[in-house]
Amino acid sequence: MATHKATRAQIDSGEAVGIVAAQSIGEPGTQMTMRTFHYAGVAEQVPTGLPRLIELLDARKEPKKPIMDVYVDEKYEETEEKCRQIAAQIQAVMLEDIGKIEERLGTREIMVILDPAVLKERKLDIDDIKAALKKFSGGEVHASGNEVKISFKGSTLRAIRRVTNKIRSVHMAGVKGISRAAVLKNGNKHFIRTAGSNIAEIAKIPGVDFKRSYTNNIMEVNRVLGIEAARNAIILEIMQVLESQRMDVDVRHVALLADAMTMDGLIRSVGRHGLSGRKAGVLARAAFEETLKHLINAAVTGEEDKLIGITENIIIGQTIPVGTGIVKLARRI
Amino acid sequence: MVPAKKKSRMFKKMVAGKIEDGERPSKTAIYINGRLIGFHDDGDSLVAELRAKRRAGEISPEVNFALNRATGELQVSTDSGRARRPYIVVENGKSLYTPEMVKKVESGELKWNELIKMGVIEYLDAEEENDIAFVAADEKHITEKSTHMEIDPVSICGVTVSQLTYPEHNSSPRITMACAMSKQSLGFYASNYNLRMDSRAHILYYPQEPLVQSEPYRHMNFHRRPAGQNFVVAITSYYGYNMGDAVVMNKNAVDRGLGRSVFFKVHESEERRYPGGQKDKFESPNPTVSGYREEYMYRYLGDDGIVVPESEVQSKDVLVGKTSPPRFLEEVSAFGLTEEKKRENSLVIKSGDEGVVDSVMLTESPSGNKFVKVRVRSIKVPENGDKFASRHGQKGVIGLLVPQEDMPFTESGIVPDLIINPHAIPSRMTAGHLIEMLGGKAACFTGERVNGTAFSGQDAEEFKQTLKEQGFESYGKEILYDGLSGERIESEVFVGVIYYQRLHHLVSNKMHVRSRGPVQLLTHQPTEGKAREGGLRFGEMERDCLIGYGASMLVRERMLEESDKTVELVCNKCGMIAVHDFIKRRDYCPLCDSVELYKVEMSYAFKLLLDEIKAIGILPRLKLKDKA
Repeated sequence: MATHKATRAQIDSGEAVGIVAAQSIGEPGTQMTMRTFHYAGVAEQVPTGLPRLIELLDARKEPKKPIMDVYVDEKYEETEEKCRQIAAQIQAVMLEDIGKIEERLGTREIMVILDPAVLKERKLDIDDIKAALKKFSGGEVHASGNEVKISFKGSTLRAIRRVTNKIRSVHMAGVKGISRAAVLKNGNKHFIRTAGSNIAEIAKIPGVDFKRSYTNNIMEVNRVLGIEAARNAIILEIMQVLESQRMDVDVRHVALLADAMTMDGLIRSVGRHGLSGRKAGVLARAAFEETLKHLINAAVTGEEDKLIGITENIIIGQTIPVGTGIVKLARRI
Repeated sequence: MVPAKKKSRMFKKMVAGKIEDGERPSKTAIYINGRLIGFHDDGDSLVAELRAKRRAGEISPEVNFALNRATGELQVSTDSGRARRPYIVVENGKSLYTPEMVKKVESGELKWNELIKMGVIEYLDAEEENDIAFVAADEKHITEKSTHMEIDPVSICGVTVSQLTYPEHNSSPRITMACAMSKQSLGFYASNYNLRMDSRAHILYYPQEPLVQSEPYRHMNFHRRPAGQNFVVAITSYYGYNMGDAVVMNKNAVDRGLGRSVFFKVHESEERRYPGGQKDKFESPNPTVSGYREEYMYRYLGDDGIVVPESEVQSKDVLVGKTSPPRFLEEVSAFGLTEEKKRENSLVIKSGDEGVVDSVMLTESPSGNKFVKVRVRSIKVPENGDKFASRHGQKGVIGLLVPQEDMPFTESGIVPDLIINPHAIPSRMTAGHLIEMLGGKAACFTGERVNGTAFSGQDAEEFKQTLKEQGFESYGKEILYDGLSGERIESEVFVGVIYYQRLHHLVSNKMHVRSRGPVQLLTHQPTEGKAREGGLRFGEMERDCLIGYGASMLVRERMLEESDKTVELVCNKCGMIAVHDFIKRRDYCPLCDSVELYKVEMSYAFKLLLDEIKAIGILPRLKLKDKA
């Protein structure tokens, strides 16, 4: 009985799953509002709805607002303390966050006046700062008390200004790319939400439960965890967008889309530069966009259209190889 | 004021120095009709003085002043082409138009022009409005800041809105729609319509003036050329035939002439002249003429080749028989005589334009040719799909015409002319529609017109009172009985009288079918549009639906068999499409001269695509293979 039902639930061969998936996502998509919900805190301004969906399907290198949900080991979850500590640890600290930077153009010096309290909190030493400054400024670095002095010889004022601007954002501590980290509460469990994403570095931090931690940066997932993980991430992200708009779309449609996007081991966008631009048939590609480009390239390389796809067969006026048209005679009598 | 001689020097000084510093100009520049004429030290007092003088009658009331304090410019406008409108002047929180004046105006002692001379009413242009006007809508809204008052609050509306009733009770999108639709209503657009030759014209049978109307409606004399009728309307459902903005209409009311109209269409034809001294000729064409239609199509033509008035013309009938000279010059025949070979070029009735020939006008075209206009008339009885609308943006098409005996009726035997669906009301928020229905119902008993002017129309309470006095339920609800079963309908139904307009979207003018028909020359695909007897496009998204369903055979039928299927000969050697040599009567490949050709079924669009690809310098080849 169970096997019978399972067999019946299988998709028939020749079913046009792609078109059904496209229509299933596209139809409710037309009603999707441009409205974005507003949250307080870090989660704000993360695009949802249509802009986010477009971002996902275009397979952008970097999402508009990358965020991470970092979980700590289960034993620390109940209390806020560990989370706070890790949050403080991963938030990227730049030089301007730990002290004042003053330009003294008269004497051709840059003074960095450090705040000892912040320094202590971030577990930084004046020597760390000295070292970092030596590396980035290109001037002579002297430290005394809470002050670091960089002096230049013969540099133009413009060069000094350039250095000032550069050292402002010198990475001192925490994880690169994490501009903010906030502790949020879900029930009585705590987790950290960050603005900016860097999952590879997060994994190295003790106390972080890497298995549960999450990023919305698909490309990063692909880089760090591989294409299969990226596929799952795409499904998850798209479903999240759809559900936030109360669009009831079956996961399998989305899964097919994600499969199509990741099938050649890379994340391909949906459109001219990705999926549609890489179809097998010349005619199908030419029918979509940039007709001339595809025709000319085909002519130059002497390409042959095997007439495998739907579009090609409609163009030439043949029965399309889908549904009732996929059936062929096994043998001519 | 600065003497005119000094002005240019000062102007230069200011441009060169003061103004460029970004300071506020200390002096006010004075412009008359946009031309700088001088400067004044105190702009504010100058405008005040000028305005006082205008109100006192010392300066023409047609002059307007506008002081721009930010730029220090005083614009004095006396020129033509400014849009101006009148206001009642308010001074110190009091309207200058006193109750005494009202009496005098009513008795005719005081006239409009005198009020302007007295400075009670003044005209402002757009610029002066922006400068000073702080306008109260009516007396109640005058504050200390007020400078003017509207003569009537409706005047904030334009012509189209002000002819609506109770627009202040409706939502703004519906008002916009009501305005747009009232322009499409059929009525009695001109009393000389019978003499006119408008290319299209509709005349409503029995046009009525509305029971509920606004004051501007009368001022515009719209009631003398009405465009609608008062319908008895019930708001209830009727077996699902008025779902989604459909309406149910009383068949007997329609038979009595409700919503009936005539449609006139004018067809034109001209005896054109051609280079070489040839010209067209109006005549009943000889059967030898090339392109001669079937004989019966010419049956209504008179001796002059033009239809006889009052003939009932069907589609494809000829209105004006016309023959034209051949398109190309003929060779001289063996006998040295040029044989007259004429071409049929008659004016023909197209499908949908059938009717009775109303009148024929013979005249001369601007270029001096013989010119004929034929007006065809047809009576348009309301039918399924015809569009109606009230003046509240409530539009609908007829979903069903019901015989009177099957319609619901009231206790007193009243049967509605129209049944609209209650779902049309709440989400659109057209309370005005309901108030008009109530007002119209009350008007039926008082015998007087109801004033439904925006902001100052009669209150619904009055109508309730009237209805109560007449023994009706004061909110207009009635007990109805089902026309089919005779049973009482459980809930009460709101029944009222409201003005409805028939809109010029008539099914009979739009209906179109095609099974087989003309195809385009270039693509061999069916033509598009009603005028060309075209098909309906089976587009990309429709195609996707069939693919999604897996109906391959149907896709092929739609895209190929029912469209532009062709059979081409393809060369098996080089993959080119073969050509036919008509002289040698043989097919061959134009590229390799081979005659090893096979018939291939394809869409003509594909053959065209191959040709176009060749045209851009790419050689596409077809590789032939036996079908499995």
